[in-house]
Amino acid sequence: MKAAEPVREKKTFQLVDFLYKYGTLITILLLIAAFGMMTDNFLSTANIINILRSISIVTIIAIGLTVSLAVGGFDLSVGSVASLANAIVISMYVWHGQSFGLGIAVTIIFCLVVGVINAFLVINFKIQDMLMTLATMFVFQGVALTYTRGATISQNMVMPSGDFATGQIPKIFGKLGQVPWIIIIMLLIVAAVHLFLTYTKHGRYMYMIGGNQEAAKLSGIAVSRYRLTAYLISALFATIGGIVLGARVMNAEVNAGGPYLMDAVAAAFIGYSVLGAGKPNAFGTFAGAVLIGILSNGLIMLSVPYYAMDIVKGSVLALALAITYYKRKH
Amino acid sequence: MGLLADSKASRLDMKRISIAFPGVKALTDVDFHTESGRAHALIGANGAGKSTLMKVLAGAYDHYTGSISIDGKDVRIRTPKDAKDNGIQVVYQEVDTALIPNLSVGENIMLEQTVHDMKGKHLIKWKKLHQSAQAILDRMNVKVPTRKLVQELTLAEKQMVLIARSVSKQCRFLVLDEPTAPLSHSETEQLFRLIRFLKSEGVGIIFISHRLPELYEICDDITIMRDGQLVIREQLASVDQHKVVEYMLGSKLDGQFPRTERVIGEKWFEVKSMRDNDKVHGVDLHIHKGEIVGIGGLVGAGKTELCRALFGAAPDASGELYMNNRRLRVQSPYQAVKNGLALVPEERRREGVFVEESVGVNLTAAILSRFTSLGPWLSKSKEKNASGELIRSLGIKTPNEHAKVKNLSGGNQQKVAIGKWLLADADVYIFDEPTKGVDVGAKRDIYELVSELASRGKCILYASSEMSEMIGITDRIYVMYDGYVIKELETRNTNEEEILLYSTGGLLT
Repeated sequence: MKAAEPVREKKTFQLVDFLYKYGTLITILLLIAAFGMMTDNFLSTANIINILRSISIVTIIAIGLTVSLAVGGFDLSVGSVASLANAIVISMYVWHGQSFGLGIAVTIIFCLVVGVINAFLVINFKIQDMLMTLATMFVFQGVALTYTRGATISQNMVMPSGDFATGQIPKIFGKLGQVPWIIIIMLLIVAAVHLFLTYTKHGRYMYMIGGNQEAAKLSGIAVSRYRLTAYLISALFATIGGIVLGARVMNAEVNAGGPYLMDAVAAAFIGYSVLGAGKPNAFGTFAGAVLIGILSNGLIMLSVPYYAMDIVKGSVLALALAITYYKRKH
Repeated sequence: MGLLADSKASRLDMKRISIAFPGVKALTDVDFHTESGRAHALIGANGAGKSTLMKVLAGAYDHYTGSISIDGKDVRIRTPKDAKDNGIQVVYQEVDTALIPNLSVGENIMLEQTVHDMKGKHLIKWKKLHQSAQAILDRMNVKVPTRKLVQELTLAEKQMVLIARSVSKQCRFLVLDEPTAPLSHSETEQLFRLIRFLKSEGVGIIFISHRLPELYEICDDITIMRDGQLVIREQLASVDQHKVVEYMLGSKLDGQFPRTERVIGEKWFEVKSMRDNDKVHGVDLHIHKGEIVGIGGLVGAGKTELCRALFGAAPDASGELYMNNRRLRVQSPYQAVKNGLALVPEERRREGVFVEESVGVNLTAAILSRFTSLGPWLSKSKEKNASGELIRSLGIKTPNEHAKVKNLSGGNQQKVAIGKWLLADADVYIFDEPTKGVDVGAKRDIYELVSELASRGKCILYASSEMSEMIGITDRIYVMYDGYVIKELETRNTNEEEILLYSTGGLLT
């Protein structure tokens, strides 16, 4: 009863296959070796921790995006939601003098409401996810700006009334943005989402919906419910990313989360091919973020100016996408 | 603008046309001839080769043998352009593939001229383009504004636009491939008026349809095909509907269906006045335990729509479902599965399987909750055992359960699509054209699976446009025509001719 034909073609494409599966990881190793030889302290413990710290916020946001990609969606609003979370959590402390826990709780609840609106729009109007979330990206960014009245929120800031803001950011909140907590939070989230997507039936359902929504529906999977959940998870991690960002810089600048969107997209798409998964996955996204982080860090050490960094990031993304889509066609 | 046709009569001859595709001989020495000013019906069951023959005429293939001549002169037709240069135009059933939705009616009618007749000019004269298009529509007596966008038109209007495009160039012979299938009654009337006008202008019409009664309204001659061969060419007036059906079917194939003795139990599943827009009209049906009930009818009769409506997959559908006299609430496939329904859909790759996923993942898709432990955590070993068992019992040809479904053959993909429901232990199994595009061996396996399910006491609804399957496998048959169930038949008291006659709207007044 067994036929061997489907396996045979693998041999001809072995090199492509190998590069597809291990290309990202090999690139990371090669970069580490190259930067390690070219600079003195690239491989120092301090620098490695520095790299991990620098990628943690991108990774957290990218993991949320990965979940939305898993159901065949594309949540472009994650950067804006992070900005919003950043503004709300800092304002809770600075403007309203709230406690550590309450500040975080209010932020998460508010951002999840925003996530529900986002999911509702995406699921109920048959518009491509990317276009609808492009619109909500602007809306949420505007909400964040309106809320902060276009100003940076920081301790002792001048309020519109002319007084100084009296609230203090709790010390313990600041810890979230420092080593080791910021790295631990990131690793926990990567591990949790990896387990969720790979080892639970809910994760399996999400991949099925992403692979063939119609077939998933006709298999009796509650498609809308899972897509809603995916967008909520996406909003949740964007919110956590925004909170950690606030803890790291201890203020809320205008549209601080925005720049993380493109890095997160890059990390998630580079992650598609890692270990031959061929679909969005948490470990791959982490590897993608590590790759981008190492590149940025190493190039800065080699005194490449920061403003040229996007050229490199973009090229890496283009290469990763080229490999992924080449593989899909063959 | 183009003239319709030369006033003199012309004659189209196709002689000894044969064509083969990898593994299939699609046409064998087919002769076909017709004349301008007449409407010629081209008839045959699904897969008889009528579409292939017309594609040869339209220049879609270049590897056929045989000759085509017009007025006794041999013409070379190997590309679509050859066909058009000789005045042969085709309007295919899928009108949307030939139209550009975001351009205006005028631009779509004059498309060929804009593409081929510009001769180095780069500016389009809009006024002239719309005038020319308007003149053609006026002559055809079709009232569609030329500046309207095609995407805003109804299906019937789109068809008119395509016909207008065909006659905007030289048009001696016009092939209409099942033009009436998606049309309402009044739209069909309008189309027939247009066909009569074109006939009077000297255009030869070749008309493919599954609806026998309407042929007698519009056609003069008939050619019937079966299994890639010509059966008969006659004046239509000299053959009646019963004869046409007989010629379409020919001799029967036996022996590929399993003969099982089944015990048919009590009435278990019942549907009352199921409707879905204009596709399904108030269908009532019931199935006993262990009974295989067929939904017969031709392509486009509403079988697929009925199956989807029953399964909660048609958002606008309404109707009542009862299982063992208990009313079921089925608003979505999710609820359908919860209530013990299973659907094997027609479009396998689009609706039935996850091609990028492994065989194992596909087989456990509908019943994943069974393979979890400690809450939502998947147990890979349970999954592996179950899918391995299914692969063996279904005889799915795959190296192992990790192979991706896209690497399997059509028949094996279908086994996967069916297999995912076998462990689900549903009460009602709905099969929609389960043997479409499946090789003979796999067909037999699928028939056996279906009757095996029935002998386990399941209710089976089996929709198919193959009359032989209806006779071979079912116990009772509902025949659909135009969204209505027009006849209920006991399989042992009927035959293929009778089913086909009802399917083609025969015996209706």
